Amino acid sequence: MQLQSWQAPGGSEELAIGFGPGNAARLLVLPAWFDESNKLRHFTIQAMRALEKRGLASVMPDLPGCNESLASLEHQDLAGWRSCVADAATQLGCTHVLAIRAGANIAPALPGFAFAPLAGKSALRALLRARSISAKEAGREEKSADLLQLGKAEGLDLAGYRLGAYMIAQLADAELPATAPLTEIKQAELGGPALWLRMEPDHDQQQAETLAALIAADIAP
Amino acid sequence: MSENLPALRDDDVEVELILRQVLQDVLGLNADDVAEFTEETGLFGHLPELDSMAVAGLLTEVEDRLDILIEDDEVDGDMLETFGGLLSFVIAKREEG
Repeated sequence: MQLQSWQAPGGSEELAIGFGPGNAARLLVLPAWFDESNKLRHFTIQAMRALEKRGLASVMPDLPGCNESLASLEHQDLAGWRSCVADAATQLGCTHVLAIRAGANIAPALPGFAFAPLAGKSALRALLRARSISAKEAGREEKSADLLQLGKAEGLDLAGYRLGAYMIAQLADAELPATAPLTEIKQAELGGPALWLRMEPDHDQQQAETLAALIAADIAP
Repeated sequence: MSENLPALRDDDVEVELILRQVLQDVLGLNADDVAEFTEETGLFGHLPELDSMAVAGLLTEVEDRLDILIEDDEVDGDMLETFGGLLSFVIAKREEG
């Protein structure tokens, strides 16, 4: 495992975690977002280790505002993340991409894979719904549609994440590309439960190995 | 299946399978445990771990897999309280669409 740093377009220095020698193919790993990133982090790191065992290097940059990043999440938006990721891909010498869940919304123009891709608008919908349900439990009414309007104007706290107005407005319209440049890998192909749905974060090593095997079979190391 | 559920169609069987699959993933149970869920099996409010984020994830996943849209005002206690309530809701929703 190596820790590397890279320079985001705004000038902030961000970390990236890497595995493998990196003399041939090198995958840029784009993690899942928000609550799903916690639930899938163990799986994602283990998939990267499994890729390394198969001779494939990979590197996962922190998105500005996420993980170890010192940048404020509230100041990030989709367009900004897209340009960051494109920069990271160049700086870190990536030849392919592996986008996990909503990570597919910001994939750079590289060949590669989208694991169980989730449109930005669906990711936002789940976050708004969670807030609406927890308000209802507390005896308040907060409708998703009203929250969305408020969020587009002022930003919003969703599941413990402070998202800015631009991010919310851009997520609300974010569809996955109809003709995906990335090869989709469905959850069913991994032969186990969808770990992002799990209430308590859990891991399944076999799924990480299977994901790596599917990718390795497609890229000649 | 009890009398208060709509008549069983092929699509309903698939809906039920998908719903059990999603619950299995959310709750971290195995297929046998979830196969034992009956209409009366309690969900939201009965399983302390099933919090608002987990419910939101569950509903969003069901929407994605079954190609339906669930509105805020349809999400209420009756619909989420039992497996039977959720299943009837999703089947009715699917028939609308």
